Amino acid sequence: MTDINKDPLTGKATTGHIWDGIQELDTPMPRWWLNVLYATIAFSVLWWVLYPAIPWFSGYTAGVLGYNSHGVYAEQAAAAAEAQKVWVDKIAASTTEQVNGDAELLNFAMSGGKALFNENCAACHAPGGAGRTTYPVLADDDWLWGGNLAQIEQTIRHGIRAPGDEESRINIMPNFGTDSILTAPQIADVTAFVMSLSGEPADAAAAGRGKEVFTANCVACHGEQGKGNLELGAPNLTDAIWLYGSDAKTIAAQVAKPRHGVMPAWEGRLTDAQIKMLAVYVHALGGGQ
Amino acid sequence: MIDPTVSTTSLYADHVKIYPQRIWGRFRVIKWSVLGLLLGLYYLAPWLRWDRGEGRPDQALLVDMPARRAYFFWIEIWPQEVYYFAGLLILGAVGLFLATALLGRVWCGFTCPQTVWTDLFLQVERWVEGDRNARLKLDKERWSPRKLRLKVTKHAGWLIIAAATGGAWVMYFNDAPTLLRDLALLKATWTQVGFILLFTATTYLLAGWAREQVCIYMCPWPRFQGAMFDEHTMLVTYESWRGEPRGKKKAKDTEKLGDCIDCDLCVHVCPTGVDIREGQQMACIGCGLCIDACNSVMAKLQRPLELITYDSLSNSAARAVGKPVQYKFIRSRTIIYAAGLVLVVAAMLFSLSTRATMDVTVQADRSPLFVKLGAGEIQDGFTLKISNKSPQPMEYRVSATGIDGLAIKVIGADPQALRVAGDSVGTFRMLLKAPRQSLARKSTDITIGAVNLTTGEESQHGAIFSGPEADHD
Repeated sequence: MTDINKDPLTGKATTGHIWDGIQELDTPMPRWWLNVLYATIAFSVLWWVLYPAIPWFSGYTAGVLGYNSHGVYAEQAAAAAEAQKVWVDKIAASTTEQVNGDAELLNFAMSGGKALFNENCAACHAPGGAGRTTYPVLADDDWLWGGNLAQIEQTIRHGIRAPGDEESRINIMPNFGTDSILTAPQIADVTAFVMSLSGEPADAAAAGRGKEVFTANCVACHGEQGKGNLELGAPNLTDAIWLYGSDAKTIAAQVAKPRHGVMPAWEGRLTDAQIKMLAVYVHALGGGQ
Repeated sequence: MIDPTVSTTSLYADHVKIYPQRIWGRFRVIKWSVLGLLLGLYYLAPWLRWDRGEGRPDQALLVDMPARRAYFFWIEIWPQEVYYFAGLLILGAVGLFLATALLGRVWCGFTCPQTVWTDLFLQVERWVEGDRNARLKLDKERWSPRKLRLKVTKHAGWLIIAAATGGAWVMYFNDAPTLLRDLALLKATWTQVGFILLFTATTYLLAGWAREQVCIYMCPWPRFQGAMFDEHTMLVTYESWRGEPRGKKKAKDTEKLGDCIDCDLCVHVCPTGVDIREGQQMACIGCGLCIDACNSVMAKLQRPLELITYDSLSNSAARAVGKPVQYKFIRSRTIIYAAGLVLVVAAMLFSLSTRATMDVTVQADRSPLFVKLGAGEIQDGFTLKISNKSPQPMEYRVSATGIDGLAIKVIGADPQALRVAGDSVGTFRMLLKAPRQSLARKSTDITIGAVNLTTGEESQHGAIFSGPEADHD
């Protein structure tokens, strides 16, 4: 039972609550404060009416103002595209060389290229062009089809072995093993020779025999010194970079029945300016020439 | 002691309107002077000009939100230097503690914007509706054309002041002359107008309607100021030893009564409606108007002044028993607050005077951490940012140290002369190349330095150069 008393010292009323013999003075809140609470409740009801609020069996109450965050996003995206237009138009009208030489355009292309790369390219080539097994690293200085701006742009535009693109880059390395062009010992020898080209540990006698196999079968594309040929997309075999792996087993497998990567053509999927921004971005990743 | 008349109690208190009476005296003069000074500063400060050179804002005090810059005369603050603002807040807090420990609630009584604007609004109310008794009478009257006219005039006056207040606030965030012209030509943006309306509304509500309710219920500061008081703090004090027992003076019992004649003038002039004779209380803002009121009465009665006065608790107790009073402003509490104040000021001055006009930050690429190049070297990619806080464009020479044979390349620029526009941040893609044999560990600490080619100023930033595991190639 609670008794509402007057505190003898202050003459104020108490709330009647007693804890361990201690009573609480009643120091009431102002009524306007309570009214502010009611006002906020009324405000929230108004908000339910004006804005999307209550989930329903299908969808939600849309609110009489017709506001939703998707609409705001669409507006802001359109406004951003409008604001970027001046730069995008400039890039569309320039060559990649010109974009690369202009500090302002380069800055814009790097940002745009990064976003485009993450959306379209990173699935295979990994963010930053770090590459994955069988997908080339784009940040190093080893290029299959050439690493200057025009060559990179061409590769992005038309892809590699892209079905349906006449201008796509294409080469086919013969199946030296499965088509019985070379015997198994010959493949082992030429593998040893290829490894010796880049200073990998290899049996010297086998490599010596392999040199003849190489000269007879491989120099047409990979060159006398094995330095490759950008025109044909033939890899440089003398450097430290290996797309499929640098061990004997992987190299022998690649000679016997080569794997061939495919990259889609981006012309038609991306705009001209987007392709140019991507080319400039990839060129700047670390190995552009 | 159970009182049967108090059987129910409301959880909420109804608003009791306060009608402060006009009074003139020492503290009223101080309050008007402080009010004039503060309002003058507030309204005039945005109009001060400060030449910063071509194409830059020439307003001495400006917070430029869209450009992310704050200007204070010769100081220009970037967003990452917002700690200066935090420093100002700490300075304000410690200053407030010191002032409160010395002189009680002088902030509340004289300088708080709530007090200043309430004072101004009250004066308008007095001009229009008259003094306390006239206002009490007017509010009890039935509605009449006269009452309507007075009320409309008062609220119109309040709204004009409120609009001027909100308008001046927005001047600190925009170029003042341009904004005033835009407002006059109805060309101001909705953002600007919206903020003016917002601050107009808050000023009107807080100074016109809420008044002492803000101090009593909304403001946290009165609730813990008691912690800064001690027995030597100078406070608005009723010298109860002299005043009590209070009562109207009649010839027969003069000897038994104290100096207080219980005229209640001290209560009538109080802007928060408290009775100072009940002692220190939270609702007392320490403005001293009750001192003016009591002195005016004591002077008329030709009794000693200062029945209500600025006094410390210990002095009041000493006076009561006729001991000498002692003013003790230097105490451990005030020394600590003053030392804190000096420390914060010194730290801020040091930080401001040694403030760099350039800053270098380097962030290593997360993917790839490193790449192996055809010839076997290891290459890492970095994002290099150089902040040029000077108004002129500058060129910087960038260097990287920490690994033998480290080679530096910046995409689209010359690392020997990187150009960064004035008052902006230059962002560059930087590639560092290290010979394989120079890398002893998976990650190596390196230092990226930049030198301003014009001024010679230097700045450095640490970074990590990643490479392959040391034990296999």
